[in-house]
Order: sequence, then structure tokens, then C-alpha cells
Amino acid sequence: MTDKLTFDDFRARIGDVPTREYWRSLDELSRSEAFDEVLANEFPQQALPLQRGVDRRDFMKLMSASMALAGLAACNRPEQKIVPYVRQPENLVPGKPMYFATAMTLGGVATGVLAESHLGRPTKIEGNPDHPSSLGASDAFMQASILGLYDPDRAQVVYQLGEIRTWSEFVAALVPITNAAKTNGHGLRLLTQTITSPSLGAQIQQVLAMYPGMQWHQWEPVSRDNVREGLRMAFGAYVNAVYHFDKANVVVALDADFTSDGPGHLRYARDFASRRKVRRGTTSMNRLYSIDCGLNSTAAVADHRWAVKPSEVETWARALLAGGSGVGNANIAAIARDLQKNRGAAIVIAGEGQPPVVHALAMAINQQLGNVGSTVTITDPLEVQPVNELESLRQLVTDMNSGAVQALVMLGGNPVYDAPADFNFAEALKKVPFRAHLSHYYDETSMLSQWHIPETHYLETWGDARGHDGTVSIQQPLIAPLYNGRAACEVIGALLGGMDASPYDVVRSYWFSKGGNEQTWRQSLNDGVIANSALPPRGGAASANIPPPAARKEGNYELHIVPDPNIYDGRFANNGWLQELPKPQSKLCWENFAIVSPSTAKAIGFAEGERAALNNELATRRVKISYRGRDVVLPLWIVPGHPSGVVTVTLGYGRKNGGRIASPPDGSPIGADIYPMRFSDALGGGAGATIALTDEGAYMVACTQEHQSLNFSDTGGDREIIKRQTFGEAEKHEEEETNHQSMYPPFAYPLHAWAMVIDPSVCTGCNGCVVACQAENNIAIVGKKEVHRQREMHWLRIDRYFRGEPENPEIYHQPVPCMQCENAPCEPVCPVEATSHSGEGLNDMTYNRCVGTRYCSNNCPYKVRRFNFFHYSDYDTAAYKPMRNPDVTVRTRGVMEKCTYCVQRINEAKIDAERRGGDQRVRDGEVVTACQQACPTDAIVFGDMNDPKSRVAQLKKEPSNYGLLAELNTRPRTTYLAVVRNPNPEIRG
Amino acid sequence: MAQIFHRSANTLSRVTIFGAVFIAGFLLWVIGGIVRSPVATDQGVFREQPVPFSHQHHVAGLGIDCRYCHTSVETSNFAGIPPTQTCMNCHKEIWTNADMLAPVRNSFATGTPLVWSRVHRLPDFVHFNHSIHVAKGIGCAECHGRIDKMALTYQYAPLTMEWCLSCHRAPEKHIRPREEVFNMAYVAKNQEELGPRLMREYKVQKLTSCSTCHY
Repeated sequence: MTDKLTFDDFRARIGDVPTREYWRSLDELSRSEAFDEVLANEFPQQALPLQRGVDRRDFMKLMSASMALAGLAACNRPEQKIVPYVRQPENLVPGKPMYFATAMTLGGVATGVLAESHLGRPTKIEGNPDHPSSLGASDAFMQASILGLYDPDRAQVVYQLGEIRTWSEFVAALVPITNAAKTNGHGLRLLTQTITSPSLGAQIQQVLAMYPGMQWHQWEPVSRDNVREGLRMAFGAYVNAVYHFDKANVVVALDADFTSDGPGHLRYARDFASRRKVRRGTTSMNRLYSIDCGLNSTAAVADHRWAVKPSEVETWARALLAGGSGVGNANIAAIARDLQKNRGAAIVIAGEGQPPVVHALAMAINQQLGNVGSTVTITDPLEVQPVNELESLRQLVTDMNSGAVQALVMLGGNPVYDAPADFNFAEALKKVPFRAHLSHYYDETSMLSQWHIPETHYLETWGDARGHDGTVSIQQPLIAPLYNGRAACEVIGALLGGMDASPYDVVRSYWFSKGGNEQTWRQSLNDGVIANSALPPRGGAASANIPPPAARKEGNYELHIVPDPNIYDGRFANNGWLQELPKPQSKLCWENFAIVSPSTAKAIGFAEGERAALNNELATRRVKISYRGRDVVLPLWIVPGHPSGVVTVTLGYGRKNGGRIASPPDGSPIGADIYPMRFSDALGGGAGATIALTDEGAYMVACTQEHQSLNFSDTGGDREIIKRQTFGEAEKHEEEETNHQSMYPPFAYPLHAWAMVIDPSVCTGCNGCVVACQAENNIAIVGKKEVHRQREMHWLRIDRYFRGEPENPEIYHQPVPCMQCENAPCEPVCPVEATSHSGEGLNDMTYNRCVGTRYCSNNCPYKVRRFNFFHYSDYDTAAYKPMRNPDVTVRTRGVMEKCTYCVQRINEAKIDAERRGGDQRVRDGEVVTACQQACPTDAIVFGDMNDPKSRVAQLKKEPSNYGLLAELNTRPRTTYLAVVRNPNPEIRG
Repeated sequence: MAQIFHRSANTLSRVTIFGAVFIAGFLLWVIGGIVRSPVATDQGVFREQPVPFSHQHHVAGLGIDCRYCHTSVETSNFAGIPPTQTCMNCHKEIWTNADMLAPVRNSFATGTPLVWSRVHRLPDFVHFNHSIHVAKGIGCAECHGRIDKMALTYQYAPLTMEWCLSCHRAPEKHIRPREEVFNMAYVAKNQEELGPRLMREYKVQKLTSCSTCHY
């Protein structure tokens, strides 16, 4: 990979055209004339459907539809019903939401949640401020789980071989199995996902004791085996590591995306960001080195970043342990020196995708630096029974093949889809005489099981689980199971022979047996955590005894298999919000891609010229990846900053039976299944892949990279969308005196002046805010074709800019909501006054006035307005109706919409303040927008600019505060702080 | 050759051209009248209810306070429709065998809620909050009329945006002392003096931004 594309290559192509310092895509960097033309149009794809013209048949159809509908307009309003309670629950006030603390698990580990309930219907998820893994923040998975609850495709009934059965019939069917197992339980097996739930764990131990010889297997496709085994290598036993990023001055991430992946990532992001917020008078800032195998959220905020092949990370780790000596790379020595300067205040963390030895190395470095015990705490493991899950599953498959397994009960998971390819799990499973599967969807595994039991959502049942530091949360339901679901503990209860134990009794009696009483139980439910249940630190030092490096395999290309940032291991594949979410770094949605670097793309023949002709933002070519005898065809995508010689693919797509969204009934599944290329000896992929372009032509993609671009200017050059500064440098961005003249009379804001400041320094682009906004504001999804036409509806987008060399650029994320301009260009152009200025400075959008001229959108320099070209909101599916936020109108076709600064929350807070009496002012912090509430790094601050003590007013006074496109004199209320990076002066480039 | 048009066609065309303006104006006037009329607003329309509940009897006759049933009117956007339990608090003691109350007893016995027809209906894109209006001295009767005189409940006000704004633009004409909010029979003695004074005292703003109600 020597023929790297350089900035100069692009510059040479551009010629005299002024260059942009910040760019969003290679097309933008190369600035072909055609591309600029495309960009200048707000909706370049818009004209296409119209170019076809209207033929006679279409005309007749339209006219007859119009005639038919014309009559309806005269109908009277239908009568509405009010259905009060028979006995109204205590403390319930109709119209006032209630909040309940509960917990959501991913990979078995809990994050505390506050769920909002309107008259018994959960409508929104927030992080629980009292939970140590959340501190009030939430991620995209948590936010989207509310859609998962109401998903009409969820499994709804018990099936036996495709016939509808009842739960009691299933329990009866278990009787002969358990009777046989009482004397010899060797043939009875349990397969679960990772379990940290103490009560469920105790139940399983009870079952294991009841049936001698019975075995319990655990499998999680995105497993933490590497972490577990690496820490065992270091500490001699299965342990859990908890990191304290708030104490770390220097962080080295070895392919570790600790801000958006793995247990405690929200807490880690908050702690890490707390040391990166540079305000007037800030004297210290942490420094992050990222050695990674492709852009991730953590790498995006790194001060120094090196893109390496997955197999090369180990070399870096070994060199770091050796203090950088004896390695040719001067950078490693500089990192090692920086770490030495911050002994006891540094963290070296390895990613879950790296082999155990890298984790052991990272811990050895932490031990050497004295970090263990200060920034890294070692505790007992979170899991009830930590095992090597891969070996656990391998054992099960071996036994199934040998005929030793008579009955297999699977609690959750989807092993037929996601087990390693060489296990041939499906074939082995068919040899088991009795197979039962509990799951949310009637999925691939359910299809091969005789019995399928619908599983409850976490908002529907009782349970418990540990957070990243061991803190236990009680998971309490907000709603009775919508679809006759059953919890894992009920299936275990059936195995134990008792049908009556409800999940509530199981969890409650477990904690009462552990010394709880009514008071502590109620307190735990209220707080969302059991007080002082975090695991205490344990002694022990990490061993410096690291096995010697294995010989590296060389091959053409290295295949790098990672969980998908949106749909994880495939469990969220049927979640439309997550499917349509632009993936954090690549801005792609609705499928998975083969991600390569610009030079790799060139090497496989996807040349610059061809890409430009396709206009890469709209279409690409597909490639065939061959790896160990298996092939997969994926669209090719170039991401600057991706390591060369590596092709990254994500899991979770190509679901055969994942629901209407994941596996559309009238077409092929979306995306391609990567699991067939995932072998047990290399779950993260490995060397030896080949990539070849397929013969088919252009392939349409949905990529939001160049949608709503601000960076286009008639004069060329950069528009200073991003401002950056180096920590310690003189602050350059003194507030410029702009001319505030306007043709319109100035507005007065006597009471409040709402404003927002966003600090992109700490924005990792994790997308938590985007989904939070979607859930709060009933934002519709539009589907791949419509996203391709730039019609996605997200009110808040995260723009991602690159700067510098295409092979290793710096990355900047910038969330862009409505700017709520004081001199708003949208307002005067509306012919029907559907958008107008409020007395508090909001640009109000009145849906019922809007006639859909789209002048406002056309006149918005920030491109933050979204138009309902079609009837995107689902009015018909009954299951979605209770999900919607009742405080926000559901928009229909032909209506413009945009960010409102969560005006429903503002009004709620104002009314509360006025009813409270006194000065009637809303106090700082009483209005929290949905995006602000979700943000793990606290990058978004909202408040009243008229209150000089408010956080937002303070931030507005920062010298680095600036408005986007301020030269237009729009006077945006949303402003940004300059991005501050803290590079090591010893390292260049 | 004979004229194609008779002479009268000249007059006819003049009348038509000039008349068009008036005809259009007249049509607009008619439409404007219709959308403000009960045909479109349901003003004054009775609704069929499962139980012919009489506010007149309960409020004027028995003197039950509004808040006995509409419990959340001071705390929530929704005033609240009483659960069957509330009816049964009294009707387990009195009129226990009345045929009229059979649906109530049935609801309480079976746990099936009563299904009432909504009388006051706002479109989904309008957000109205009872608690703030009550807190700022807007009486129930201001919007709901003399409920205490209604044997069957009907919609008193047109509930058009024009009607909402008539008060939001000039609250001083409608505001009353807080302690009189639930008094159906309240009549201001000197609203010209009282209104502006209460406006200052209760810190009432004239909120006419679109996002006051529409979001």
C-alpha cells in the first residue's frame, strides 16, 4: 500500500479553485464541477421522479383519487371517546407523566434507565442519573429500545412446530424432559446469553443442582471473551476492570472504543469528556492516543491517531510495554514518555476486538505505571459464572453432534444466526430431540426449534442485573407484557417444576433472602440501584509475564469483523430508528458495507475517476469479498482514515427471519450476513481476504454524508464551519463585532431567551442525541430510497468533517439542530406565517398552518428544515400509537418540521414555574432538551440567555464561542465552541 | 350577416364581470360564517352519553365542587374524568337501584370502564393546559359556560382559534380572582378596574406566540 493518496494529489486536481480545509467526503475535497452543482441543490434527487412525466393512466388514477377524497372533506369530525379508570391508581395524575427507574441490559450488563410513562404507556427512555453506568446519559440503543417494545413484529404466541400452543402446554411438555433428567441430567442443556443477574443466576444454580450432570452454556456473539481471558492472563482469575477516566491525564486506546462500546461506556464518556472541556481559565486537559483499526467514536476525538491493521495493535502494545525502546517508531517512544510523566494518572485500554494478549499487555502497562489501584480498579467479575463463551458453545456443539444432548433450552440469543461459521450450529441443533427457544422475535433459531416462547421486553418484566462496576439495578416493568411474553426466569421456573413463581416473586424473594426488607426494596426501586452493591476492589497485580508473540499471518487483505454501530449483533435489526440512523463515522444507513481506505479502493480498481462519475454519495460499486472459502457481496465504501489493506465489515445484517424491516417480506433481507465468514479461531476476522469489484454497475446507497451541506459557498473555500485550536495556544476566536442591522424591527425578549451551546470538542458522534430527538419528537423514518433522495427526517444531524490527509485525517463531529436565528431567514418567506418568531426567540413551526411551499427550507442556510414529502408517519399500525409522545403533534404529509428546542418541555417547565409562584422564572437546568439529556459527554448545554448566571449564558461569553455562518447576520441562538485538541508537541504528523 | 350576440349580451357581460367580485366576496362570507357556526364547531351540541349525567343536579343542586370529580384540573393539563369509583362513593349509598345508574354499577362490578363521548374536543395539534389557566384566574365558566345550568353537557364556546385569541390578546377582560375560579355564578363588579390589577398581581402575560399552543 505504498501508493497513498495525498492531499497534494487532490490539490493538483483542483488547480486554482480555493481549497477547503475541512471536508466531508473525498468528492468534496476533489471538488469536481459536477459535484458542486449537485451540492448546490438542496435535494438533487428531487427532480428525478418527476422527469418521467405523467402518463394518461397516472393522470386518471390521480384524478379519480382526488374525486373520491373530495367528498371526505365535507364529513364531520368523528366522535371521540374518553375512557376513565374504574379505580384510578394512587399518585397517578392524568396528563402528567410518571418516571420509573429500571435497567436495560446489553451483553448482560445493565445501564440504569428512567422510563417515562404516560397513563401506563412507556414513551421515552432516559438515563438514570443515580446509576453509576449512566449518570443520566443514554445511548442510541437505549433510546431506540422504546420502539423495540412496541414492534408489531415481536413474537406474540407460543409455537410448537408452527402451531399455536399455550404456555401451560409448553410447561407440560417439559415434564417428561425434567423427569428423565432427575436421575441423569447430562442430556439436558441450558444455553443463555451472558448473565449478570444475581437472581436469575441463583435460579440457574438451583436447576443445575436439581438435575445432576446438567450443563449450562453461555454464548454472546459480541462476546467479551477477549477481555475476560486477557484479564485472566494478567490477574490469574476472571476479574472485571473498572476505569476512572476522570483521573486520567493520558489515555492510550488500543483499538478501544471505550466511549461508545462495552460496559460503562456512557460513564467512561462522561468522565473522559470532563477532562476535555476547555473554558476560560482551564489549566489542564487530558490527552488521548488512539491506535485503532478504523474510525470509531473514540478515535474521532483523539489528539493523535494511528490507523493500523488489527493484527498490528499487538506490536504497538508490546512496544509500549517496553517503553518504546528498541522500536523503530519514534511515536511509540513519545507516547511511552508521556505515560511515564503521568504515572498513576494514565490509562491504557484495549478493545474488545483485540486478542486476550493485548488486554494482558495493556494491564501490564497499567501495572507498570502504577495505574492499577488509581485509575483502574479490579473487582470480582460481573458475570454470575464467567466462562470462555466460545469454548462453552463449542462444548455444546460437540455434544450435540455426538448425540449427548437430549434437550436444549435456549434463553434468548439467536445462535443459528450468530454462532461461528465452522460450528455448523444449525446442523448440530437438528440432532437434538427437544429444542426450545425463548426470544423476542420468531427468528432463525426459533424456526429450527420445536418450541418457541415469546420473550418479554425489559420494560415488561421484573429482573435484575449488574452495571459496569457491579452495582445492581432492579429492572421493574412499566407495562404488562404486550404479547404474552415470558421472562427467562419463568422458563427456569418451569424447569424447576413450579409454574407459579412470577418474575416479581423471584426477584423480590431473592433480594429479601440477601438481607433486604420492604424498605430497602422500595428504596432500590425508587433509586434504580441497590445501595452499596458495587463490587469492592480486589487485590492483585497484573502479571508482566506475557506469552511471546505468535507468528503473524500475512495475506492479501485483512478482514476486520466488528459489531454494527447501529444494530449491534443483529438483535436490533428490526428497529427502524436504528436502521435509518447514519452510522457514526461513515454516515451510511440501511445496510452494511465493505469499508476500505482511499488507497485500498484504488488498489482494487475502484479508481478516482469512476467514483466521481458515480457521484459516490449516491451510488457505489459492489465488491465480492472472499475469505477462507466463503464469499460475500457488499457495497464498497471509502472512509478516509481507515487503515490500508484492511476491509471492515459489520455484523447483524442479512437476517433471514428478523421481522418486516430486517427481512422485508417482498424482497431480500437488507444488508449481507457476515456470520458465515466468522470462524471460531478468528471471530474478528483475519488476513487472507481478497476483494474484487463485481461486474454489476452502480449500486444505490443511502449515505447522508453530503446531505444538507453547509460547506458550499459560491466563492469557494472554507466557510469556517469548524474552528479548532490547540490547547495552550492563545485563544484566537475573540468575538467579532458583527453588524446587527436588519431590515426588520428588532424583537424584544423580556422574559426568557432560549439558547444552546454545543461543544464539539467532546462530541464523539455517538448518535445518542439523534435517536433521543427522534423518540421525543415523534420523528418518522422514511426508508432507504427516501434517504437516498435526501429526505431523512432527523431534526438533529451530526455533521462529520475531515481535515488533512485523506489517509489519516483529523475528524470533527458537529451536531446541527435548528439554529433558532434571531434574524431568521425562514420566517419572512413563509406566505402563510406558518413559521414565526416567538417572544422567547424560538422560530416556531406551526404545522397546522403549513401548506408546504418549502420556501422556508429553501431559505435556510443551515439546512435544518425537514419536509414530509410523503405520509411518513405511521398512522395505521395500532402497535405504534401508544408509543408516541402525546405532547408532540404527529406530522402528516405536506408539512414542514424542524427542531423546536423541545418546546413542549419548555412550556411544561414554564407552567410549573408560574404555578410555583414567586418570580415565575424557569430556573437554570429546569428545561433540558432531549438531545442534551441523552448526551453522554454533556456536549450540549441549553438554557436561558437572559439569565446571566445560567450555564448557557456563561458559555456564550467564552472566547471560543462562535455562530455558524455568522457572516449572514442570522444571529443564531445555537452556537458552538471551537474544538480544542491537545496534541503532544513531541509528535509530528 | 346577423349578429351572433344579442345587444343584451353587453349588459350581461358587464354584470357578470363586476358581479364576480361581489359573488366571490359573498361566497367567502358564507364560508366564513359556516366555519364559525355550530355546524363546524359543534358549539351547543349535546352528546349521547352512557349515563345522562346532569351537572345541573350535581353542581347547582347538591353543591359539589368541580374538583371533587375533575381532580387534576389544578395540577395537570387534563382536568380529569372521574373514575367509576368516584361515582360509586355516593351511589353505593343513594339511588342504588336507579335504572339510570345501571351502567355505573355494572362498570364498578365488572371493572369495565365507562366510555364517555368527548364534549370539548381540541385538534391534536393544539395543546391546552387546564392548570395554568386556573392558576391565573380564568374561571371554569369562562370556557365551559354555566355548567351548573346544564342538564346535559354541551360545548358552550366555539373553541375556534379566533375565540382563544380573543382572551389571549385581552386577558384583562376575562380574568377573575383565583378564589372565584370555581364559582359558576361569579359576576365581576368592576372588570375595567379589576382586570388590569389582577393581571399585574398574577403576572399574566399576553401569550400569542404560535408555540404557546402549537407544537
